[in-house]
Amino acid sequence: MSLLTISGLGVEFGPRAAPLSAVRDVSLTVDPGEVIGLVGESGSGKSLTSRAIMRMVPSPGRISAGEIYFDGRDVMAMSSKELRSFRAHDVGMIFQDPFSSLNPVFKVGAQITETLRANLGLGRAEARSTAIDMLERVGIPRPEQHFSSYPHELSGGMRQRVMIALATASRPRFLLADEPTTALDVTTQKQILTLLATMRRDFDMAMLLVSHDFGVIAQMCDRVAVMYGGQIVESGPVEAIYRTPQHPYTRALLASVPELDAVDQRSRPTPLEGYPPEIGPVRDECVFVERCPSARPDCRSGRMSLEQVGTRHHSACPFEGRPAEGAQSPVAKERVV
Amino acid sequence: MIAYVVRRLALSVVVVWGLATVTFFMLHLLVPGDPVRRALGPRASEETISNLRHQLGFDRPVLEQYGSFLGGLLHGDLGTSLSLSAPVSQILGDRILPSALLIAYGLVVAFAIGLPLGILSAIRPNGTADHGVRIGTTFVFGMPVFWLGLILALVFGLKLGWFPVSGYRSGVGGTFKTLTLPALTLGLSLVVIVTRTLRSNLINVLKSEYIEAARSRGLSERRIIGKLAMRNAIMPTFTILGALIGYLIGGTVVIEQVYQIPGAGSLLVRSILQRDFQTVLAVTLISGAAVVTVSFLTDVLQAVLDPRVRLEGKS
Ligand SMILES: Nc1ncnc2c1ncn2[C@@H]1O[C@H](COP(=O)(O)OP(=O)(O)OP(=O)(O)O)[C@@H](O)[C@H]1O
Ligand SMILES: [Mg+2]
Repeated sequence: MSLLTISGLGVEFGPRAAPLSAVRDVSLTVDPGEVIGLVGESGSGKSLTSRAIMRMVPSPGRISAGEIYFDGRDVMAMSSKELRSFRAHDVGMIFQDPFSSLNPVFKVGAQITETLRANLGLGRAEARSTAIDMLERVGIPRPEQHFSSYPHELSGGMRQRVMIALATASRPRFLLADEPTTALDVTTQKQILTLLATMRRDFDMAMLLVSHDFGVIAQMCDRVAVMYGGQIVESGPVEAIYRTPQHPYTRALLASVPELDAVDQRSRPTPLEGYPPEIGPVRDECVFVERCPSARPDCRSGRMSLEQVGTRHHSACPFEGRPAEGAQSPVAKERVV
Repeated sequence: MIAYVVRRLALSVVVVWGLATVTFFMLHLLVPGDPVRRALGPRASEETISNLRHQLGFDRPVLEQYGSFLGGLLHGDLGTSLSLSAPVSQILGDRILPSALLIAYGLVVAFAIGLPLGILSAIRPNGTADHGVRIGTTFVFGMPVFWLGLILALVFGLKLGWFPVSGYRSGVGGTFKTLTLPALTLGLSLVVIVTRTLRSNLINVLKSEYIEAARSRGLSERRIIGKLAMRNAIMPTFTILGALIGYLIGGTVVIEQVYQIPGAGSLLVRSILQRDFQTVLAVTLISGAAVVTVSFLTDVLQAVLDPRVRLEGKS
């Protein structure tokens, strides 16, 4: 049975009578121990989707539709007390900017022990030694000493390590990581990803990794969902999405990733033209139609829906991606060269 | 941290010196009326007046007088009060305690009422409680201090008879009895500032990502607001009050008149009317020094509570 099941999730802003839809009809399942990537341009609704899982959509946003089940429990139906316990024990969350997600006026150790004491009911001394163990586990050198450091005394990478320690303090079975390495330099980024992979394995956690970097996703994830304009346009095993992308947006995204072209100096990343859609009223057409290189009149009629195109592989484009008729994907082309 | 404290201290000394200088010259060059004539009364002869003036050194050039005034200050000598014929420091010594107690008690009242109201307003911005608090505190703030004082004296003093409406008695019981209404007057006029500052800071802090992160760890709202967010939000509130200490001292002048408290404020009013320059100078200097000291202390407190300030001080 899957650990997390989201179906038909919708997130809205604006007045209830004329809502502005930011996330629409998002469905996702995560198995125990599985790593799912969520990829897409800025504003595509990745953060809102991941926050919705903890029912932490920032106000005035609201979850307007959908069901969320975690380990058979109905998250949407939880009382505020159940919700707190759910957040305290079952899921952890890491944020993008490790400086603003740590409280600047409390020592690192105090922030961890606060959480340990509140959530696990540990005593003072026990919380302290557990916190030091955790700092050591996430690779903080001289953990006893850094227990008494303030966040601003640590580097970005160290702060993100502390965040990871905090988020995994009660050994959750599911970790939400919203662009955990975007704010870090390349070397640190690698170290943090390695740490996350290790922690995931050691604690046997499932993970939802949000990123707009396909390279990161490819390195870390089992499956990936591609978001555009608040919807999932394609999802499937990383390998399948990477080798045989079915949706025109996925292909455009892959073609715009420099890392994937790095071996071949001649091929430049081709950025997608135009801008992603603003949040707005739901319209009965494909979300990507305005920027799609192979849009046709049919794309403007009828709301899009995900159809199966392979094993656990779904795409929302009914026209593209059939190798026999459609144009070849940029990635596929590159491999031919 | 030490360099920071030393720098702030040096700055404080300069500010107090500047205040002394400005007040001295304002009194000597701008204020009309002859203090000696005032002190001796209308029937004193010209000879007596010029004798006393000479004796006090008032016939010397202003700069020379300024020099000996500063010299006296350095030795802790505040001069002699003309109208009361006693050393100013001795007169002030008796008068400062009631005023200082009034300010401290007023601050306690302001925080005791203002902090809970500020938290209440910030929990649901623009909710019913927030609007109610805003209207109530603004209404009280809108009243002139003497008016607020009179109303409280009328209700709790005359109607209910809980507290005396004038005078001052020392000792814990006496202070409580005689200073509660004045402190309530002073404190209530400040509640709006405490509430508004705390409210806006708390709202900002509650929106920040580290609070969201704390929520994502399942910590209770009580813990998040009461312990985590308050620590971030309370500091600017202290700082504002540090900056407002001048306003507080000004408030005591009025309140001491209303409640007939023999404090430094009523001494100041009396001395101005008497053209008792030595005493006016001394009271001004002491309040100035109090303002400077409080703002110094709030800065140090801020450095203690917020580690990032310490860092800035170092570099
Ligand atoms: N508080 C808000 N008020 C109005 N609109 C919002 C708010 N928060 C998010 N949105 C909108 O919802 C959409 C999705 O936002 P979200 O933060 O999920 O994007 P994202 O995919 O995480 O982007 P990024 O890569 O920049 O983090 C965006 O178009 C954004 O404008
Ligand atoms: Mg985001």
